[in-house]
Amino acid sequence: MNIVVCVKQIPDPADPGALDADHTLKRDGKLILDESDSYGVEMALQLVDKAGSGEVTLVSMAPNSEVSGLRTALAMGAAKAILVSDDALKGAGALDTAKVLAAAISRVEGADLVLAATESSDGYTGTVPEQIAAILDLPSITFAKSVEIADGTVKVQRQTEAGYDECEAPLPALVSVTAGVVEPRYPSFKGIMAAKSKPVDNVTVADLGIDAAIVGWAGAGQEIVDVSAAPEREAGEVIEDDGEAHLKIVEFLDGLKVL
Amino acid sequence: MALSKVWVHAEKTETGVAPISLEMLAKAREIADTVEVFTAGDGAAIAEEVGAHGATKVHATGDLSGKLLGAHVGAALAAAIEAGDGPDLVMLGTTQDGRDIGARLSVKLDKPVLTNNVEVEVADGIVVSTPIFGGTQIVKTKFSAGGTAIALFRPKSFVAEPSGGAAAEVAALDVPDCGAAGAAKVNNHHVEETSGPKLDEAAVVVSGGRGLGEAGKFEMIEELAKLLKGAPGASRAIVDAGWVPYSYQVGQTGKVVKPTVYIAAGISGATQHMVGMKGSKNIIAINKDPEAPIFGIADLGVVGDVHKVLPKLLDALKAR
Repeated sequence: MNIVVCVKQIPDPADPGALDADHTLKRDGKLILDESDSYGVEMALQLVDKAGSGEVTLVSMAPNSEVSGLRTALAMGAAKAILVSDDALKGAGALDTAKVLAAAISRVEGADLVLAATESSDGYTGTVPEQIAAILDLPSITFAKSVEIADGTVKVQRQTEAGYDECEAPLPALVSVTAGVVEPRYPSFKGIMAAKSKPVDNVTVADLGIDAAIVGWAGAGQEIVDVSAAPEREAGEVIEDDGEAHLKIVEFLDGLKVL
Repeated sequence: MALSKVWVHAEKTETGVAPISLEMLAKAREIADTVEVFTAGDGAAIAEEVGAHGATKVHATGDLSGKLLGAHVGAALAAAIEAGDGPDLVMLGTTQDGRDIGARLSVKLDKPVLTNNVEVEVADGIVVSTPIFGGTQIVKTKFSAGGTAIALFRPKSFVAEPSGGAAAEVAALDVPDCGAAGAAKVNNHHVEETSGPKLDEAAVVVSGGRGLGEAGKFEMIEELAKLLKGAPGASRAIVDAGWVPYSYQVGQTGKVVKPTVYIAAGISGATQHMVGMKGSKNIIAINKDPEAPIFGIADLGVVGDVHKVLPKLLDALKAR
Protein backbone atom coordinates (compact mmCIF):
# COMPACT_ATOMS: atom_id res chain seq x y z
CA MET A 1 0.00 0.00 0.00
CA ASN A 2 1.69 3.18 -1.21
CA ILE A 3 0.02 6.39 -0.17
CA VAL A 4 0.75 9.97 -1.19
CA VAL A 5 -0.31 12.69 1.23
CA CYS A 6 -0.61 16.32 0.14
CA VAL A 7 0.60 18.61 2.90
CA LYS A 8 0.69 22.38 3.09
CA GLN A 9 3.22 24.40 5.02
CA ILE A 10 1.57 27.56 6.29
CA PRO A 11 2.40 30.58 8.42
CA ASP A 12 1.60 29.84 12.08
CA PRO A 13 -2.17 30.48 12.44
CA ALA A 14 -1.47 31.81 15.94
CA ASP A 15 0.29 34.80 14.36
CA PRO A 16 -1.84 37.48 12.72
CA GLY A 17 -1.88 36.93 8.95
CA ALA A 18 -0.84 39.64 6.53
CA LEU A 19 -0.76 40.24 2.80
CA ASP A 20 2.19 41.30 0.69
CA ALA A 21 1.89 44.32 -1.60
CA ASP A 22 0.81 42.04 -4.46
CA HIS A 23 -2.05 40.70 -2.29
CA THR A 24 -0.51 37.26 -1.80
CA LEU A 25 -0.31 35.86 1.73
CA LYS A 26 2.92 36.74 3.54
CA ARG A 27 4.78 33.46 3.70
CA ASP A 28 8.35 34.60 4.18
CA GLY A 29 8.58 33.67 7.86
CA LYS A 30 8.86 30.17 9.24
CA LEU A 31 6.18 27.86 7.91
CA ILE A 32 4.68 24.99 9.85
CA LEU A 33 2.73 21.87 8.94
CA ASP A 34 -0.94 22.80 8.58
CA GLU A 35 -2.61 21.00 11.47
CA SER A 36 -5.41 19.96 9.09
CA ASP A 37 -2.84 17.89 7.20
CA SER A 38 -1.63 15.98 10.25
CA TYR A 39 -4.83 13.91 10.06
CA GLY A 40 -4.10 12.76 6.50
CA VAL A 41 -0.53 11.89 7.44
CA GLU A 42 -1.69 9.84 10.44
CA MET A 43 -4.43 8.13 8.40
CA ALA A 44 -1.89 7.19 5.72
CA LEU A 45 0.57 5.80 8.28
CA GLN A 46 -2.16 3.67 9.85
CA LEU A 47 -3.39 2.36 6.47
CA VAL A 48 0.13 1.40 5.38
CA ASP A 49 0.73 -0.21 8.75
CA LYS A 50 -2.45 -2.24 8.42
CA ALA A 51 -1.56 -3.32 4.87
CA GLY A 52 1.77 -4.57 6.17
CA SER A 53 3.85 -3.08 3.36
CA GLY A 54 4.38 0.10 1.40
CA GLU A 55 5.23 3.64 2.40
CA VAL A 56 3.92 7.16 2.76
CA THR A 57 5.22 9.89 0.44
CA LEU A 58 4.51 13.57 1.04
CA VAL A 59 4.03 16.18 -1.65
CA SER A 60 4.07 19.88 -0.91
CA MET A 61 4.38 23.22 -2.65
CA ALA A 62 6.02 26.06 -0.74
CA PRO A 63 8.22 29.10 -1.32
CA ASN A 64 11.94 29.28 -0.48
CA SER A 65 12.42 25.50 -0.38
CA GLU A 66 10.73 25.50 3.01
CA VAL A 67 10.90 22.10 4.68
CA SER A 68 10.13 22.63 8.38
CA GLY A 69 6.51 21.51 8.04
CA LEU A 70 7.60 18.54 5.92
CA ARG A 71 10.11 17.52 8.60
CA THR A 72 7.25 17.38 11.11
CA ALA A 73 5.31 14.97 8.89
CA LEU A 74 8.48 12.95 8.16
CA ALA A 75 9.06 12.75 11.90
CA MET A 76 5.57 11.29 12.29
CA GLY A 77 6.69 8.46 10.02
CA ALA A 78 6.38 9.39 6.34
CA ALA A 79 9.22 7.90 4.29
CA LYS A 80 10.06 10.72 1.89
CA ALA A 81 8.84 13.94 0.34
CA ILE A 82 8.64 15.83 -2.91
CA LEU A 83 8.76 19.60 -2.48
CA VAL A 84 7.92 21.93 -5.35
CA SER A 85 9.43 25.33 -4.78
CA ASP A 86 9.68 27.92 -7.53
CA ASP A 87 9.38 31.71 -7.69
CA ALA A 88 7.14 31.26 -10.72
CA LEU A 89 4.46 29.88 -8.39
CA LYS A 90 3.90 33.13 -6.50
CA GLY A 91 0.23 34.01 -6.86
CA ALA A 92 -0.77 30.46 -7.82
CA GLY A 93 -4.48 29.86 -7.33
CA ALA A 94 -6.18 26.60 -6.39
CA LEU A 95 -6.20 25.24 -9.96
CA ASP A 96 -2.49 26.04 -10.48
CA THR A 97 -1.67 24.41 -7.16
CA ALA A 98 -3.63 21.31 -8.16
CA LYS A 99 -1.73 21.11 -11.48
CA VAL A 100 1.61 21.31 -9.69
CA LEU A 101 0.71 18.80 -6.97
CA ALA A 102 -0.80 16.40 -9.52
CA ALA A 103 2.43 16.50 -11.52
CA ALA A 104 4.42 15.85 -8.34
CA ILE A 105 2.14 12.93 -7.40
CA SER A 106 2.70 11.45 -10.87
CA ARG A 107 6.40 11.09 -9.99
CA VAL A 108 5.53 8.65 -7.22
CA GLU A 109 5.42 5.18 -8.69
CA GLY A 110 2.67 2.78 -7.76
CA ALA A 111 0.57 5.12 -5.63
CA ASP A 112 -2.63 3.36 -4.54
CA LEU A 113 -4.20 6.24 -2.69
CA VAL A 114 -3.83 10.02 -2.49
CA LEU A 115 -4.89 11.69 0.76
CA ALA A 116 -5.37 15.39 1.47
CA ALA A 117 -7.15 17.55 4.02
CA THR A 118 -10.56 18.89 3.01
CA GLU A 119 -9.15 22.40 3.01
CA SER A 120 -6.09 24.30 4.19
CA SER A 121 -6.32 26.50 7.27
CA ASP A 122 -5.08 29.61 5.46
CA GLY A 123 -6.50 29.65 1.94
CA TYR A 124 -9.48 27.38 2.73
CA THR A 125 -10.69 27.04 -0.85
CA GLY A 126 -11.45 23.34 -0.34
CA THR A 127 -11.17 22.60 -4.05
CA VAL A 128 -7.56 21.47 -4.54
CA PRO A 129 -8.02 17.76 -3.64
CA GLU A 130 -10.94 17.33 -6.06
CA GLN A 131 -9.05 19.26 -8.75
CA ILE A 132 -6.06 16.95 -8.31
CA ALA A 133 -8.37 13.95 -8.74
CA ALA A 134 -9.82 15.50 -11.91
CA ILE A 135 -6.34 16.13 -13.39
CA LEU A 136 -5.16 12.60 -12.56
CA ASP A 137 -8.49 11.13 -13.72
CA LEU A 138 -9.04 9.44 -10.37
CA PRO A 139 -12.28 8.72 -8.54
CA SER A 140 -12.54 10.76 -5.37
CA ILE A 141 -14.40 10.89 -2.09
CA THR A 142 -14.19 14.14 -0.15
CA PHE A 143 -14.95 14.92 3.51
CA ALA A 144 -14.06 11.50 4.90
CA LYS A 145 -14.64 10.92 8.60
CA SER A 146 -13.45 7.33 8.41
CA VAL A 147 -11.34 5.48 5.84
CA GLU A 148 -10.83 1.74 5.36
CA ILE A 149 -9.19 -0.25 2.61
CA ALA A 150 -10.10 -3.79 1.61
CA ASP A 151 -9.78 -5.78 -1.62
CA GLY A 152 -8.64 -2.89 -3.80
CA THR A 153 -11.48 -0.67 -2.63
CA VAL A 154 -11.47 2.33 -0.33
CA LYS A 155 -14.53 2.58 1.90
CA VAL A 156 -15.30 5.95 3.35
CA GLN A 157 -17.85 7.51 5.66
CA ARG A 158 -18.38 10.87 4.01
CA GLN A 159 -19.72 13.74 6.06
CA THR A 160 -22.89 15.33 4.73
CA GLU A 161 -25.02 18.22 5.92
CA ALA A 162 -27.48 15.79 7.50
CA GLY A 163 -25.18 13.03 8.74
CA TYR A 164 -22.91 10.83 6.67
CA ASP A 165 -22.92 8.65 3.57
CA GLU A 166 -21.24 5.26 3.24
CA CYS A 167 -19.19 5.55 0.04
CA GLU A 168 -16.65 3.49 -1.83
CA ALA A 169 -14.30 3.78 -4.78
CA PRO A 170 -11.90 1.41 -6.52
CA LEU A 171 -8.17 2.11 -6.07
CA PRO A 172 -6.28 4.12 -7.12
CA ALA A 173 -8.37 6.94 -5.71
CA LEU A 174 -8.17 10.25 -3.88
CA VAL A 175 -9.76 10.85 -0.49
CA SER A 176 -9.90 14.11 1.45
CA VAL A 177 -10.13 13.71 5.22
CA THR A 178 -11.69 15.92 7.87
CA ALA A 179 -10.04 16.84 11.14
CA GLY A 180 -10.96 14.20 13.68
CA VAL A 181 -10.73 11.23 11.27
CA VAL A 182 -7.91 9.90 13.46
CA GLU A 183 -5.86 11.25 16.36
CA PRO A 184 -2.49 12.39 14.94
CA ARG A 185 0.53 11.06 16.82
CA TYR A 186 3.18 13.34 18.24
CA PRO A 187 6.56 12.78 16.60
CA SER A 188 8.88 10.84 18.91
CA PHE A 189 12.45 11.96 19.56
CA LYS A 190 13.63 9.05 17.46
CA GLY A 191 11.25 10.11 14.69
CA ILE A 192 12.51 13.68 14.79
CA MET A 193 16.11 12.53 14.53
CA ALA A 194 15.31 10.09 11.71
CA ALA A 195 13.39 12.80 9.79
CA LYS A 196 16.55 14.88 9.38
CA SER A 197 18.03 12.35 7.01
CA LYS A 198 14.90 11.33 5.12
CA PRO A 199 14.98 12.27 1.42
CA VAL A 200 13.26 15.46 0.26
CA ASP A 201 13.26 15.81 -3.51
CA ASN A 202 13.28 19.55 -4.17
CA VAL A 203 11.97 20.24 -7.67
CA THR A 204 11.03 23.23 -9.82
CA VAL A 205 8.09 23.78 -12.14
CA ALA A 206 10.33 23.01 -15.11
CA ASP A 207 11.42 19.71 -13.49
CA LEU A 208 7.74 18.72 -13.45
CA GLY A 209 7.39 19.55 -17.14
CA ILE A 210 4.98 22.40 -16.45
CA ASP A 211 5.14 25.63 -18.43
CA ALA A 212 5.74 28.43 -15.91
CA ALA A 213 3.48 30.67 -17.98
CA ILE A 214 0.37 28.70 -16.99
CA VAL A 215 0.86 28.77 -13.22
CA GLY A 216 1.29 31.59 -10.72
CA TRP A 217 0.00 35.08 -11.44
CA ALA A 218 0.64 34.55 -15.14
CA GLY A 219 -1.93 31.82 -15.48
CA ALA A 220 -4.26 32.51 -12.59
CA GLY A 221 -7.21 33.75 -14.68
CA GLN A 222 -8.14 35.96 -11.77
CA GLU A 223 -7.13 39.41 -10.66
CA ILE A 224 -7.43 40.91 -7.20
CA VAL A 225 -8.96 44.34 -7.60
CA ASP A 226 -9.41 45.40 -3.98
CA VAL A 227 -8.61 44.42 -0.40
CA SER A 228 -10.35 46.29 2.39
CA ALA A 229 -11.24 45.97 6.05
CA ALA A 230 -14.60 44.29 6.66
CA PRO A 231 -17.17 46.36 8.54
CA GLU A 232 -16.35 45.82 12.19
CA ARG A 233 -18.79 44.56 14.73
CA GLU A 234 -18.78 46.73 17.84
CA ALA A 235 -18.18 45.09 21.17
CA GLY A 236 -21.05 45.66 23.60
CA GLU A 237 -21.15 45.48 27.36
CA VAL A 238 -18.78 43.11 29.13
CA ILE A 239 -19.55 42.26 32.76
CA GLU A 240 -17.74 40.19 35.36
CA ASP A 241 -19.83 37.38 36.86
CA ASP A 242 -20.55 38.30 40.45
CA GLY A 243 -22.88 35.35 40.88
CA GLU A 244 -25.80 37.24 39.33
CA ALA A 245 -24.68 37.46 35.69
CA HIS A 246 -27.37 34.99 34.63
CA LEU A 247 -30.02 37.60 35.52
CA LYS A 248 -28.35 40.03 33.16
CA ILE A 249 -28.57 37.41 30.40
CA VAL A 250 -32.28 36.83 31.13
CA GLU A 251 -32.85 40.58 30.99
CA PHE A 252 -31.01 40.82 27.67
CA LEU A 253 -33.06 37.95 26.20
CA ASP A 254 -36.24 39.56 27.52
CA GLY A 255 -35.35 42.78 25.73
CA LEU A 256 -35.08 40.84 22.48
CA LYS A 257 -38.45 39.19 23.12
CA VAL A 258 -37.11 35.69 22.52
CA LEU A 259 -38.43 34.33 25.83
CA MET B 1 -24.38 45.92 -17.21
CA ALA B 2 -26.07 42.62 -16.67
CA LEU B 3 -24.97 39.13 -17.53
CA SER B 4 -26.91 37.36 -20.19
CA LYS B 5 -27.16 34.00 -18.42
CA VAL B 6 -26.37 32.51 -15.00
CA TRP B 7 -26.64 28.88 -13.95
CA VAL B 8 -27.27 28.07 -10.30
CA HIS B 9 -26.69 24.66 -8.73
CA ALA B 10 -30.03 23.46 -7.36
CA GLU B 11 -28.88 21.34 -4.46
CA LYS B 12 -31.49 18.99 -3.02
CA THR B 13 -32.47 18.14 0.52
CA GLU B 14 -34.92 15.43 1.62
CA THR B 15 -37.74 17.94 1.32
CA GLY B 16 -36.89 20.03 -1.73
CA VAL B 17 -34.33 22.60 -2.79
CA ALA B 18 -31.60 23.59 -0.31
CA PRO B 19 -31.85 27.15 1.10
CA ILE B 20 -28.39 28.04 -0.31
CA SER B 21 -29.70 27.43 -3.85
CA LEU B 22 -32.75 29.65 -3.33
CA GLU B 23 -30.48 32.34 -1.87
CA MET B 24 -28.26 32.24 -4.95
CA LEU B 25 -31.31 32.37 -7.23
CA ALA B 26 -32.34 35.68 -5.64
CA LYS B 27 -28.89 37.11 -6.39
CA ALA B 28 -28.78 35.61 -9.88
CA ARG B 29 -32.03 37.40 -10.78
CA GLU B 30 -30.40 40.71 -9.86
CA ILE B 31 -27.38 40.26 -12.11
CA ALA B 32 -28.61 38.27 -15.11
CA ASP B 33 -31.29 38.41 -17.80
CA THR B 34 -31.76 34.65 -17.81
CA VAL B 35 -31.51 32.46 -14.74
CA GLU B 36 -31.46 28.68 -15.02
CA VAL B 37 -30.57 25.87 -12.63
CA PHE B 38 -28.83 22.53 -13.01
CA THR B 39 -29.38 19.59 -10.72
CA ALA B 40 -28.31 16.01 -10.19
CA GLY B 41 -31.11 13.49 -10.63
CA ASP B 42 -34.71 14.34 -11.39
CA GLY B 43 -35.60 17.85 -12.55
CA ALA B 44 -39.40 17.68 -12.52
CA ALA B 45 -39.55 17.31 -8.74
CA ILE B 46 -38.05 20.76 -8.19
CA ALA B 47 -39.31 22.58 -11.32
CA GLU B 48 -42.07 24.37 -9.44
CA GLU B 49 -39.92 25.45 -6.49
CA VAL B 50 -37.03 26.82 -8.55
CA GLY B 51 -39.52 28.38 -10.95
CA ALA B 52 -41.11 30.27 -8.07
CA HIS B 53 -37.62 31.63 -7.35
CA GLY B 54 -37.01 32.85 -10.87
CA ALA B 55 -35.42 29.95 -12.76
CA THR B 56 -36.88 29.38 -16.19
CA LYS B 57 -35.15 26.08 -16.89
CA VAL B 58 -33.92 23.04 -14.97
CA HIS B 59 -31.02 21.19 -16.58
CA ALA B 60 -31.25 17.77 -14.93
CA THR B 61 -28.80 14.88 -15.27
CA GLY B 62 -31.41 12.22 -14.50
CA ASP B 63 -30.58 9.19 -12.35
CA LEU B 64 -26.86 8.86 -11.56
CA SER B 65 -27.33 5.43 -9.94
CA GLY B 66 -25.82 6.36 -6.62
CA LYS B 67 -22.61 7.84 -8.02
CA LEU B 68 -20.99 10.75 -6.20
CA LEU B 69 -21.91 13.94 -7.99
CA GLY B 70 -18.60 15.79 -8.52
CA ALA B 71 -17.15 14.02 -11.54
CA HIS B 72 -20.47 13.43 -13.31
CA VAL B 73 -22.12 16.81 -12.88
CA GLY B 74 -18.80 18.57 -13.49
CA ALA B 75 -18.30 16.71 -16.78
CA ALA B 76 -21.91 17.28 -17.83
CA LEU B 77 -21.64 21.02 -17.26
CA ALA B 78 -18.32 21.20 -19.08
CA ALA B 79 -19.81 19.37 -22.08
CA ALA B 80 -22.81 21.72 -22.20
CA ILE B 81 -20.57 24.79 -21.92
CA GLU B 82 -18.18 23.54 -24.59
CA ALA B 83 -21.17 22.90 -26.87
CA GLY B 84 -21.85 26.64 -26.72
CA ASP B 85 -24.91 26.61 -24.51
CA GLY B 86 -23.05 27.88 -21.47
CA PRO B 87 -23.74 30.70 -19.03
CA ASP B 88 -21.49 33.63 -18.15
CA LEU B 89 -21.39 32.46 -14.56
CA VAL B 90 -21.96 29.18 -12.71
CA MET B 91 -22.97 29.69 -9.08
CA LEU B 92 -22.63 26.89 -6.52
CA GLY B 93 -22.80 26.75 -2.74
CA THR B 94 -19.66 26.30 -0.65
CA THR B 95 -20.95 22.87 0.32
CA GLN B 96 -19.50 19.38 -0.03
CA ASP B 97 -21.09 18.69 -3.42
CA GLY B 98 -20.76 22.32 -4.55
CA ARG B 99 -17.01 22.18 -4.05
CA ASP B 100 -16.66 18.82 -5.78
CA ILE B 101 -18.66 19.91 -8.82
CA GLY B 102 -16.97 23.32 -9.04
CA ALA B 103 -13.52 21.75 -8.76
CA ARG B 104 -14.15 19.12 -11.43
CA LEU B 105 -15.70 21.73 -13.74
CA SER B 106 -12.74 24.06 -13.28
CA VAL B 107 -10.29 21.39 -14.43
CA LYS B 108 -12.46 20.41 -17.40
CA LEU B 109 -12.71 24.04 -18.54
CA ASP B 110 -9.20 24.95 -17.33
CA LYS B 111 -10.66 28.00 -15.58
CA PRO B 112 -10.28 29.06 -11.96
CA VAL B 113 -13.00 28.41 -9.39
CA LEU B 114 -13.30 31.00 -6.62
CA THR B 115 -14.75 29.79 -3.34
CA ASN B 116 -16.16 31.17 -0.08
CA ASN B 117 -17.65 34.25 -1.71
CA VAL B 118 -20.25 36.38 0.00
CA GLU B 119 -21.07 38.81 -2.82
CA VAL B 120 -20.90 39.13 -6.60
CA GLU B 121 -21.03 42.29 -8.68
CA VAL B 122 -21.09 42.84 -12.39
CA ALA B 123 -19.40 45.97 -13.60
CA ASP B 124 -16.26 45.76 -15.67
CA GLY B 125 -16.43 41.96 -15.53
CA ILE B 126 -17.58 39.61 -12.79
CA VAL B 127 -16.17 40.50 -9.37
CA VAL B 128 -16.64 38.37 -6.25
CA SER B 129 -16.00 39.28 -2.61
CA THR B 130 -14.34 36.83 -0.23
CA PRO B 131 -13.72 37.24 3.50
CA ILE B 132 -10.18 36.39 4.63
CA PHE B 133 -8.40 36.30 8.00
CA GLY B 134 -11.55 35.22 9.82
CA GLY B 135 -13.71 37.79 8.08
CA THR B 136 -11.68 40.83 9.13
CA GLN B 137 -10.80 41.72 5.54
CA ILE B 138 -12.64 41.41 2.24
CA VAL B 139 -10.85 40.58 -1.01
CA LYS B 140 -12.48 41.46 -4.32
CA THR B 141 -11.39 39.31 -7.23
CA LYS B 142 -12.21 39.70 -10.89
CA PHE B 143 -12.46 36.75 -13.26
CA SER B 144 -10.04 37.63 -16.03
CA ALA B 145 -9.77 34.35 -17.94
CA GLY B 146 -12.81 34.97 -20.16
CA GLY B 147 -15.44 32.34 -20.85
CA THR B 148 -17.55 30.92 -18.06
CA ALA B 149 -16.76 32.05 -14.52
CA ILE B 150 -17.17 29.54 -11.67
CA ALA B 151 -17.92 30.86 -8.19
CA LEU B 152 -18.91 29.22 -4.91
CA PHE B 153 -20.89 31.17 -2.31
CA ARG B 154 -21.14 30.76 1.43
CA PRO B 155 -24.61 29.99 2.76
CA LYS B 156 -26.61 33.00 4.02
CA SER B 157 -24.76 35.47 1.83
CA PHE B 158 -28.03 36.45 0.13
CA VAL B 159 -31.66 36.45 1.17
CA ALA B 160 -33.94 34.01 -0.65
CA GLU B 161 -37.06 35.62 -2.05
CA PRO B 162 -39.70 34.06 -4.32
CA SER B 163 -40.30 35.92 -7.56
CA GLY B 164 -43.61 34.24 -8.32
CA GLY B 165 -42.42 32.62 -11.54
CA ALA B 166 -44.07 29.67 -13.24
CA ALA B 167 -42.66 26.15 -13.05
CA ALA B 168 -39.33 25.89 -14.83
CA GLU B 169 -39.02 23.95 -18.07
CA VAL B 170 -37.14 20.66 -17.59
CA ALA B 171 -34.26 19.92 -19.97
CA ALA B 172 -31.83 16.99 -20.09
CA LEU B 173 -28.23 17.63 -19.03
CA ASP B 174 -26.30 14.86 -20.75
CA VAL B 175 -23.61 13.17 -18.67
CA PRO B 176 -20.59 11.95 -20.62
CA ASP B 177 -18.91 8.67 -19.68
CA CYS B 178 -16.56 9.54 -16.82
CA GLY B 179 -14.62 6.27 -16.80
CA ALA B 180 -12.54 5.56 -13.71
CA ALA B 181 -12.92 9.12 -12.43
CA GLY B 182 -16.65 8.59 -12.02
CA ALA B 183 -16.47 5.32 -10.12
CA ALA B 184 -17.01 6.61 -6.57
CA LYS B 185 -20.47 5.74 -5.29
CA VAL B 186 -22.74 6.06 -2.29
CA ASN B 187 -24.02 2.82 -0.76
CA ASN B 188 -26.02 4.19 2.15
CA HIS B 189 -27.23 7.47 3.61
CA HIS B 190 -27.21 8.01 7.38
CA VAL B 191 -29.23 10.88 8.75
CA GLU B 192 -28.38 11.98 12.27
CA GLU B 193 -31.69 12.53 14.02
CA THR B 194 -32.09 15.92 15.63
CA SER B 195 -35.13 17.39 17.28
CA GLY B 196 -36.08 21.05 17.30
CA PRO B 197 -35.22 23.65 14.66
CA LYS B 198 -32.32 23.20 12.26
CA LEU B 199 -29.04 24.80 13.26
CA ASP B 200 -28.83 27.06 10.23
CA GLU B 201 -32.49 28.10 10.40
CA ALA B 202 -33.04 28.54 14.15
CA ALA B 203 -33.81 31.98 15.62
CA VAL B 204 -31.69 31.10 18.66
CA VAL B 205 -28.42 29.17 18.58
CA VAL B 206 -26.60 28.07 21.73
CA SER B 207 -23.05 26.82 21.10
CA GLY B 208 -20.58 25.17 23.39
CA GLY B 209 -16.80 24.95 23.20
CA ARG B 210 -13.74 23.56 24.91
CA GLY B 211 -14.50 25.66 28.02
CA LEU B 212 -17.22 23.15 28.91
CA GLY B 213 -14.39 20.90 30.04
CA GLU B 214 -15.91 17.54 29.17
CA ALA B 215 -18.33 15.96 26.69
CA GLY B 216 -21.03 15.33 29.33
CA LYS B 217 -21.39 19.05 29.99
CA PHE B 218 -22.74 19.59 26.48
CA GLU B 219 -26.08 18.55 27.97
CA MET B 220 -26.31 22.05 29.44
CA ILE B 221 -26.02 23.50 25.94
CA GLU B 222 -28.76 21.22 24.64
CA GLU B 223 -31.03 22.03 27.56
CA LEU B 224 -30.57 25.77 27.13
CA ALA B 225 -31.18 25.52 23.39
CA LYS B 226 -34.38 23.60 24.06
CA LEU B 227 -35.63 26.12 26.62
CA LEU B 228 -35.06 28.92 24.12
CA LYS B 229 -36.64 26.91 21.27
CA GLY B 230 -33.31 27.08 19.50
CA ALA B 231 -30.66 24.74 18.17
CA PRO B 232 -27.44 23.58 19.81
CA GLY B 233 -24.15 24.23 18.02
CA ALA B 234 -20.46 23.66 18.67
CA SER B 235 -16.97 24.94 18.02
CA ARG B 236 -14.62 22.94 15.86
CA ALA B 237 -12.51 22.01 18.89
CA ILE B 238 -15.19 19.86 20.48
CA VAL B 239 -16.31 18.38 17.18
CA ASP B 240 -12.70 17.29 16.50
CA ALA B 241 -12.58 15.92 20.04
CA GLY B 242 -15.60 13.76 19.21
CA TRP B 243 -17.98 15.26 21.80
CA VAL B 244 -20.65 16.07 19.21
CA PRO B 245 -21.16 15.24 15.52
CA TYR B 246 -19.89 17.46 12.72
CA SER B 247 -23.46 18.51 11.91
CA TYR B 248 -23.27 20.71 15.06
CA GLN B 249 -20.21 22.63 13.91
CA VAL B 250 -20.47 26.39 13.40
CA GLY B 251 -17.64 28.08 11.57
CA GLN B 252 -15.51 28.31 8.47
CA THR B 253 -15.79 24.56 8.12
CA GLY B 254 -19.28 23.80 9.32
CA LYS B 255 -22.42 25.87 9.24
CA VAL B 256 -22.89 29.59 8.80
CA VAL B 257 -25.56 30.85 11.17
CA LYS B 258 -27.26 34.23 11.47
CA PRO B 259 -29.81 33.82 14.25
CA THR B 260 -31.53 36.57 16.24
CA VAL B 261 -29.54 35.46 19.28
CA TYR B 262 -26.28 33.53 19.38
CA ILE B 263 -25.03 32.34 22.76
CA ALA B 264 -21.40 31.21 22.86
CA ALA B 265 -20.56 29.30 26.04
CA GLY B 266 -16.97 28.35 26.72
CA ILE B 267 -15.91 29.42 23.23
CA SER B 268 -12.88 31.70 23.00
CA GLY B 269 -13.63 32.84 19.46
CA ALA B 270 -11.04 31.42 17.07
CA THR B 271 -11.32 33.11 13.66
CA GLN B 272 -12.37 29.68 12.39
CA HIS B 273 -15.49 29.93 14.55
CA MET B 274 -16.23 33.65 14.31
CA VAL B 275 -16.50 33.63 10.52
CA GLY B 276 -19.50 31.31 10.88
CA MET B 277 -21.44 33.33 13.46
CA LYS B 278 -20.43 36.98 13.39
CA GLY B 279 -23.45 37.78 11.23
CA SER B 280 -25.77 36.95 14.16
CA LYS B 281 -28.04 39.85 15.15
CA ASN B 282 -27.21 39.58 18.86
CA ILE B 283 -24.32 37.75 20.46
CA ILE B 284 -24.01 36.71 24.10
CA ALA B 285 -20.68 35.25 25.20
CA ILE B 286 -19.75 33.49 28.43
CA ASN B 287 -16.07 32.77 28.94
CA LYS B 288 -13.73 32.85 31.88
CA ASP B 289 -10.87 34.47 29.94
CA PRO B 290 -11.46 38.25 29.79
CA GLU B 291 -9.04 38.41 26.84
CA ALA B 292 -11.06 35.94 24.72
CA PRO B 293 -11.56 37.36 21.19
CA ILE B 294 -15.26 36.49 21.34
CA PHE B 295 -15.80 39.46 23.69
CA GLY B 296 -14.68 41.76 20.88
CA ILE B 297 -17.87 41.01 18.95
CA ALA B 298 -20.32 40.18 21.76
CA ASP B 299 -23.24 42.48 22.55
CA LEU B 300 -23.29 41.05 26.05
CA GLY B 301 -20.14 39.46 27.39
CA VAL B 302 -20.01 37.63 30.70
CA VAL B 303 -16.56 36.98 32.11
CA GLY B 304 -17.28 33.96 34.24
CA ASP B 305 -17.25 30.20 34.59
CA VAL B 306 -19.78 28.46 32.33
CA HIS B 307 -20.17 25.78 35.01
CA LYS B 308 -21.54 28.42 37.38
CA VAL B 309 -23.40 30.74 35.01
CA LEU B 310 -25.20 28.13 32.87
CA PRO B 311 -26.86 26.14 35.71
CA LYS B 312 -28.20 29.36 37.23
CA LEU B 313 -29.38 30.58 33.84
CA LEU B 314 -31.17 27.27 33.23
CA ASP B 315 -32.87 27.45 36.63
CA ALA B 316 -33.92 31.06 36.09
CA LEU B 317 -35.42 30.27 32.68
CA LYS B 318 -37.19 27.17 33.98
CA ALA B 319 -38.70 29.19 36.82
CA ARG B 320 -40.44 31.56 34.42
